[in-house]
Amino acid sequence: MRLILRQRELVADAWRYAGEEAGADAPLIATLAELRTDPERHLARRGALGVRLTPVDRVEELATHLPRLALVACEFPGPGEGRGYSQGRLLRERYGFAGELRAVGAGVKQDLVFHLARCGFDALELAPGEDPAAAVRAWQRYEVGYQPGAAQVVLRRQRFFAATPPA
Amino acid sequence: MYQYDELDQALVDARVAEFRDQTRRHLAGELSEEEFRPLRLRNGLYIQRHAPMLRIAIPYGLLSARQLHTLAAVARRYDRGYGHFTTRQNLQLNWPRLEDVPEILAQLATVQMHSIQTSGNCIRNVTADHLAGVAADEVDDPRPYCEIIRQWSSVHPEFTYLPRKFKIAVTGSPADRAASEVHDVGLHLVRDAQGQLGFTVLVGGGLGRMPIIGQVIREFLPVADLLSYLEAILRIYNRQGRRDNIHRARIKVLVKALGIERFRDLVEAEWQENRPHHVQLPQAEVERVRAFFRPQPYEILADLPAPAGNARLQAWYRYNTHAHKVPGYRAVFVSLKAHGEVPGDMSAEQMDALAEIARRYSFGLVRVTHTQNLLLADVRQRDLEALWRELEALRLATPNIGTLTDMIACPGLDFCSLANAGTLDVARQIQQRFDDLDYLYDLGEIEIKMSGCMNACGHHHVGHIGILGVDKHGEEWYQITLGGSASGVTALGEVIGPSVRKNEVAATIERIVEVYRGVRADGERFLDTVRRLGIKPFKEQAYAPHPAAA
Repeated sequence: MRLILRQRELVADAWRYAGEEAGADAPLIATLAELRTDPERHLARRGALGVRLTPVDRVEELATHLPRLALVACEFPGPGEGRGYSQGRLLRERYGFAGELRAVGAGVKQDLVFHLARCGFDALELAPGEDPAAAVRAWQRYEVGYQPGAAQVVLRRQRFFAATPPA
Repeated sequence: MYQYDELDQALVDARVAEFRDQTRRHLAGELSEEEFRPLRLRNGLYIQRHAPMLRIAIPYGLLSARQLHTLAAVARRYDRGYGHFTTRQNLQLNWPRLEDVPEILAQLATVQMHSIQTSGNCIRNVTADHLAGVAADEVDDPRPYCEIIRQWSSVHPEFTYLPRKFKIAVTGSPADRAASEVHDVGLHLVRDAQGQLGFTVLVGGGLGRMPIIGQVIREFLPVADLLSYLEAILRIYNRQGRRDNIHRARIKVLVKALGIERFRDLVEAEWQENRPHHVQLPQAEVERVRAFFRPQPYEILADLPAPAGNARLQAWYRYNTHAHKVPGYRAVFVSLKAHGEVPGDMSAEQMDALAEIARRYSFGLVRVTHTQNLLLADVRQRDLEALWRELEALRLATPNIGTLTDMIACPGLDFCSLANAGTLDVARQIQQRFDDLDYLYDLGEIEIKMSGCMNACGHHHVGHIGILGVDKHGEEWYQITLGGSASGVTALGEVIGPSVRKNEVAATIERIVEVYRGVRADGERFLDTVRRLGIKPFKEQAYAPHPAAA
């Protein structure tokens, strides 16, 4: 049973990746490549559908499918890979995606949590060995910030605001 | 100068606490070196040849006397009693202990200083013209915009893990004393036909292995759009910049690959599409920050004639002081290029003394120039002689600003683990050979810029004379370029020929400047002679005759 942090709570993950054992209608996270290969089958399934993006995948490709998706996962394979932050903000802001936005990969560690949450990620599949309690604390590592950011982090003070308040 | 409010202070304090915890986890074995590295880099901490190196941000080069005293205290207590000012207006400590760094940062935070994002693949410390606010030729003071950029770029949620480092420079003057055209983004303050203030935006400049001059992406960007437009540029770069090869990861490579037109189209489209989510820069916020940079309470004075009498004082006045837009005042360079000293180095004693001098002579403020000197921006002309005597006693008045020995040098092989060759002993060699001030004055304005490796921290490509250290089979050799410039018309220097041995560098430069002395037109600067004649006549004479031919 995989545990994930969702909205700062450690919970059992109901979602499965392709290849992981589950019932036919269990919530499934497909890769973008899998969705691309067989969109009809994925979009027609009865259970919930999520898509996992690699850093090179473009969120624009998902745009038309987003109403059908309950989850998007973005990969953070290691320290230094920063494209997922842009993916997250675009999904939340430009495409108004309101489902679960999940960060996955070996780079999902406590020292990135504040940035991830500010970019709209509300669920974290922590890298192996990461202490969930430390990650929860890191969610609010700063209580002030300069830039606009997602509502996942509530700042006590902020300097610059967006034209439209973030969801 | 800008004073932190509660938000600024809380953010810096939180950063110190965060890094203290990260350092503790690293020392306890909970964070491997691989995991710790990107975190420490984003706090200015490198692991160097001998010890860690800590790069402290001096945003747009502005320091208060109190901050300079704190830097002196830190250098004395945690280092070997000196610091090194860099071409990006920062201060580097070469000998701190890793376990002391959180405490150093905590002490800096008490005087509103930090080392946030002074290294690593993120938005770096923003730099500006050192004569900001006092030069008669400026459109507007660039520092408020630098401060706004400093804040917006600090702990940015989206742009802290970029493909590579990202440097922004702002100049308020067409003379561009901030080398803005060799930055990832250069911002030039301009007014449009209606008199509205804005920026000409350049993108894709840089030095390093692939020196390239920035290109205009936007002729006029209104101030209110500054941050949203920077975000559009950064978003395109973050998403599309190369991450597979560290040497191809700067934004200049992306701009070059796409071409400026295509890159501009992408940025403009992103910027337009993102309009509902643009980060706002309200005029009220601009005014709030501008209020910290109001002109000093100058006295009403008349200009005085240049000092007479003492020849060294006259030379100092001519070379180390600069016109001020307010009558009766002058800007004074504090030379960190005393012969025999490492360019840009300053002792803790000198820092303490200069802090007091700044309080007495220049409203308690000091500036760092990108040429590795300091500047007292607002000195009454009637105080110049007294100030000169004090600076002279501190060995901070070498009258060589703008001359050949006012050279820029990175720390080189003595300290830096990236370097291929030494720079500091070459600097000493040049200082020794060109120790005659009258000869230096006869040569006039010549900029030497020296880097110990291709990364070009010493900006060698844009030196009138550039010196690049290279490794040849384990030996230190030096490649020489001529004709570079980072101010006015930015130009990259041209290599004169094969590199020379270390002990031949100063002699080679002497032969080059002797050619200049022989062929210059009346009043013509070295750079202009090189531009007029090309490198050929210099190249022909640069190399010593072979002993057998003599």
